[in-house]
Amino acid sequence: MKYEPVIGIEVHAQLKTESKLFCGCSTGFAAAPNHHVCPVCLGLPGTLPVLNRKAIEYVVRTCIALECEVSPASRFARKNYYYPDLPKAYQISQYELPIGRNGKLTVRAGGKEKTIRIHRIHLEEDAGKLVHDASGGSCVDYNRTGIPLMEIVTEADVRSSEEAVAYLTSLRSILQYIGVCGANMEKGEMRCEPNISVRPVGAEEFGTKTEMKNLNSFRAVRLGVDFEIERQIDAIENGERIVQETMRWDEATQTTQTMRSKERAHDYRYFPDPDLVPVEVSASVLELIRAKAPELPEPRRVRFISQYGLPEYDAEVLTGSKAMADFFERAAAIHNDPKAVSNWIMTELMGCLNESGKTIDECAVTAEDLTALLELMGKGVISARMGKDVFKDMFATGRPPAEIIKDKGLEQLNDETAISDAVEKVIADNPGPAADFRAGKKQAAGFLVGQVMRQTGGKANPKIVGRIIEEKLLSE
Amino acid sequence: MKLTREEVREVAYLSRIEMTDDELDRMTGQLGAILDYADMLNELDLEGVEPTSHVIPMKNVMREDVVKESCGVEKALMNAPDRFGDFFRVPKVIDEGEGH
Repeated sequence: MKYEPVIGIEVHAQLKTESKLFCGCSTGFAAAPNHHVCPVCLGLPGTLPVLNRKAIEYVVRTCIALECEVSPASRFARKNYYYPDLPKAYQISQYELPIGRNGKLTVRAGGKEKTIRIHRIHLEEDAGKLVHDASGGSCVDYNRTGIPLMEIVTEADVRSSEEAVAYLTSLRSILQYIGVCGANMEKGEMRCEPNISVRPVGAEEFGTKTEMKNLNSFRAVRLGVDFEIERQIDAIENGERIVQETMRWDEATQTTQTMRSKERAHDYRYFPDPDLVPVEVSASVLELIRAKAPELPEPRRVRFISQYGLPEYDAEVLTGSKAMADFFERAAAIHNDPKAVSNWIMTELMGCLNESGKTIDECAVTAEDLTALLELMGKGVISARMGKDVFKDMFATGRPPAEIIKDKGLEQLNDETAISDAVEKVIADNPGPAADFRAGKKQAAGFLVGQVMRQTGGKANPKIVGRIIEEKLLSE
Repeated sequence: MKLTREEVREVAYLSRIEMTDDELDRMTGQLGAILDYADMLNELDLEGVEPTSHVIPMKNVMREDVVKESCGVEKALMNAPDRFGDFFRVPKVIDEGEGH
């Protein structure tokens, strides 16, 4: 029998606020344990949470980008459960009245366009972090407690791991574009939990679903989702029953393992949080946020094609990340050859980034330095070949190109007298190839140019070398 | 509306309250009586009345996104029953992160 996977995706995105969702503690990342805590996020008695205005603005901005309806009134609810990472024994979240509903995101997967509907977007606070092996007991760090998380839930519209990755890639790009989330999966700024079921092709009814956690990269999402689809199909073919449970992706073994059975469904006893009053996003506030909304990846891609005359492929690659697109636009504003800028970004810069495992944000080369290098090549100060080496040096050291060229003595030799001397010596030393060239064997020129380049330590301008060789041999 | 002993046992479990059989019987009776009392509201005609989502007639109470100094790790841990360095220490959790 043929089966079809049915996948819904839950994403938790950490909002880029300075302070926590309900108190003024810092959301800073590398603090020592329990240094970013206060009575409010520790859930001490007698404290009152007060909502961070920025967090609401960020969620509304996301709702606009994902074409959600923004609820004019929404409110917070308590989700009750006992676990040491939750000091209040409830998480402030949203239940019946989330901020956003009924949105959509269109992605490209497998050469086709696919629209994934967004079920809801809500705001909640993060829990703390447990460290299990530091001592006899379990150790708790509440720095993360109360950091704002935006939960984005899709409808069960995803039909393959490829579509899942396409959705996540596109979502990450949007969240970065609108500046609400760093969206680095490895850093946990964006966590993704797909729920997966399979059903015979053509069936209406959904199969029993499992939820998957610990997917910390796009690669893990692809492998984990594919693994789980196969596991479920095998189980059904063997006459087994799929149990509704949470699976954990294990990076070491590249398999999924059961975390806990969900058969006794958690009863979170949600109820409205009496400590927090309702949030109303009025039409005028909504318009204000909409007016400030930054350009999204798709319109920017289209603009790159029309404004800079870039090929589709370049525009797609460059606008894939906001930082990369910004880098391109900064460089293209200085250097009046967008295609050359694009080529250098897509081959040299991205090559160096891939090799070093760095992101564009960590890149030491500025757009100004890249354009300076392009200008130097344009003026013939160095050859394009040398330019590539200089770029690698710029990437490694962060130094401006002119400095590197000067220090290493890489300036291209354009002095005709010096080149002429070198050419004469090469002709004298290589009578055979010189005679061949005179006899009309044009290939012999390559050899002679190479010898002159060697003679000049690779610095001679190859165009001038070629011209002088020709002049000398053919004018005789 | 009738509250069953099983429901009370379940709620007690969810709230991590241990109860003897006697206590369960007593609580089933008492909680049931409270629910029956509240049930009188159902006798009212509430057609067209919006459910109350909050008793205080306020909305949009918010603060600006400004960092305030935290209380300090020593104060934070002052009343902790146990600590390990700057961590709170709790009895070992066997379940590998429920991750709600």
